[in-house]
Amino acid sequence: MRHKPYLGLFLAIALALAACGGGAATTAAPQPTEAPVALTIESWRNDDLTIWQDTIIPAFEKHYPNIHVVFAPTAPADYNAALNTKLTGGTAGDLITCRPFDASLALFNQGHLATLNDLPGLDNFGDVAKSAWITDDGQSVFCVPMASVIHGFFYNADAFEKLGLKEPATLDEFYAVLEAIKKDGTYSPLGMGTADQWEAATMGFQNIGPNYWKGEEGRQALIKGTGKFTDAPYVATFAELAKWKPYMPAGFEAVKYPDAQSLFTLGKAAIYPTGSWEISLFNSQAAFKMGVFPPPVGKAGDTCYISDHTDIALGMNTKTQHPEEARKFLEWMTTAEFAELYSNALPGFFTLANHKITLKDPIANEFLSWRGTCQSTIRNSYQILSRGEPNLENELWRLSAGVINGTITPEQAGQEAQAGLEKWYKPTP
Amino acid sequence: MTSPDTRRPFPTHILVFFIPAAAVYTVFMVYPLLDSVRLSFFAESGNSEAFAGLRNYATLLANPLWAPRFWGALRNNFLFFAVHMLVQNPVALLLAALLAAGGRARAVYRTLIFMPTVLSVVIIGFIWQLILNPLWGIAEGMLKAVRLGFLFQPWLGQQSTALATLSLISVWQFVGIPMILFYTALIGIPEELSEAARVDGATGWDIFWRVKFPLLLPTVGVVTILTFVGNFNAFDLIFTIKGGLAGPEFASDIMGTLFYRTFFGFQLQLGNPTMGATVATAMFLIILSGVLLYMFLWQRRVTTYEF
Repeated sequence: MRHKPYLGLFLAIALALAACGGGAATTAAPQPTEAPVALTIESWRNDDLTIWQDTIIPAFEKHYPNIHVVFAPTAPADYNAALNTKLTGGTAGDLITCRPFDASLALFNQGHLATLNDLPGLDNFGDVAKSAWITDDGQSVFCVPMASVIHGFFYNADAFEKLGLKEPATLDEFYAVLEAIKKDGTYSPLGMGTADQWEAATMGFQNIGPNYWKGEEGRQALIKGTGKFTDAPYVATFAELAKWKPYMPAGFEAVKYPDAQSLFTLGKAAIYPTGSWEISLFNSQAAFKMGVFPPPVGKAGDTCYISDHTDIALGMNTKTQHPEEARKFLEWMTTAEFAELYSNALPGFFTLANHKITLKDPIANEFLSWRGTCQSTIRNSYQILSRGEPNLENELWRLSAGVINGTITPEQAGQEAQAGLEKWYKPTP
Repeated sequence: MTSPDTRRPFPTHILVFFIPAAAVYTVFMVYPLLDSVRLSFFAESGNSEAFAGLRNYATLLANPLWAPRFWGALRNNFLFFAVHMLVQNPVALLLAALLAAGGRARAVYRTLIFMPTVLSVVIIGFIWQLILNPLWGIAEGMLKAVRLGFLFQPWLGQQSTALATLSLISVWQFVGIPMILFYTALIGIPEELSEAARVDGATGWDIFWRVKFPLLLPTVGVVTILTFVGNFNAFDLIFTIKGGLAGPEFASDIMGTLFYRTFFGFQLQLGNPTMGATVATAMFLIILSGVLLYMFLWQRRVTTYEF
């Protein structure tokens, strides 16, 4: 955690510079009548710092010149721990970026997040959109949904063209494509590693799994207790992951997420299993033409399922000094203006509001189009099932990485996941 | 005082030196430590904490969910310590002996070897991940250059090698500290002793092991206990490289990472302050028993000579 002071210092300098620049530019703007109020947003999206500073916050401040908003992100892996500590210590920002489901629900139950039921504009969101930030009884909403991310596979379109390959729709085609790329030898067929463990679970297991467990149907069955991780769909998903091993780069056990990203954007990997959140980064870094395809289905004509994961929302710290201003910001976030601004500034993060918006990025549009052709679901470990210990999400990280590394068999992975879940979870039929 | 005639008056000026340090130490070290021990006897129920006696410790040591993690982390921590004792400290002694033997570039080497110690662990982790990276690291190329390319493996990612690799990175970083301690002790040994031994016909090897090494024993003790305390408090290198889950399969999980995961939570797993305090107290007790062993079994038996 030693790097934090530097991050803080960097932010302070960045803010100081931004403040100086702003001061020079806004001399012509009408003077606010009240003393300006500063709101701080806690977030794990440090990649989005410039987008918030240059696009979203200026748009908001145009409407509310007396509210100054500061976006203050923490590194993603440290966010939950850092936020909990700050909230307990009373030093957290006014607006809190909400992780989906239990992490935020716990914050609400501990009294750190305010109820937003009466927030005007909340009716712009459907039930599925709100489901990640609502109490179990459906009575209280505590975060304004911002965006979801959709899983899929990126591919190097130039490489595909060179090798005469086309987007695989079925599993057979998928492995034929991988085999062809491997034979050619120019590219790593699958740009992925298992060192961080979460790629294996999030970009592997949760990406291809919904096709096996039939999306929501399977996810709800796990919660109801009628489905088990030892069932065929889950073991088959793990078995599928195990088949990826020969197509991954040499030494993938020690390849981390940024390594894999670079491998793809440098044009050294042909296919990259991941999600829509990569679009901005890849657009700016990859020099070749990219395409995306959804997780391949068993056989042609099967219904496809995609993980359209409710990922991010914004709530209000109950201890904020400026509740009114914070609510104004949240209210503005429910508008079509924000939805359009955000979805276009961050292609790959799709608004959860019902507003009709137009996306300029072709890849983001491609991802979004799957909502029409496939059935959407969310990651199965996020709702309710990660409440106890061992934590299901963490177990899936460990098991998926182990299955790909070849140190755990698919059957064993299914058994361990189920045994871990049964240690604490009693379904209520 | 009953016999003021024979004793000097209580030296009150000592308090002036003593109290500020004692006060700061008490507020920032002793109190939090004791409070953390207190917390380990409580369990969370709802939004408050209820007294739980030794239940947390029973959970940590025997619960089928917690015990494998605790014993696994403890085992890994001892392995981590063993690598430091078997590699770091002998190498440090060798380097110190070489440096103490003289040579023109001595100051340069001393500085170079000590340098990693003062670097941020984040930088160390980053550098070594790059060196050992299977995609663009230089380790594989260097091995290939000497026709040993087949030996290369993704050491940081394999269950069998991750912990050893991390330990060796830590050794590389910290070898400067025992080296400096040994070096200072070695150059403090008067030349007359070696000369006398040489006159008596002892070889350089004999002189080192029979004359100098016994005089180094107090330093060996200090180095051992510093290594022990440092290793059982270690956390940052492993967290930087392997993250809070200390994978693969918890192969690189040590007490520090177990504590972090338990106390602060990880990803969807929420933090558990009381169990975290239990892990922290267990770490404290392990370190305390090590230090006590050192004080009673080693320090009392070793004679320190002053020249």
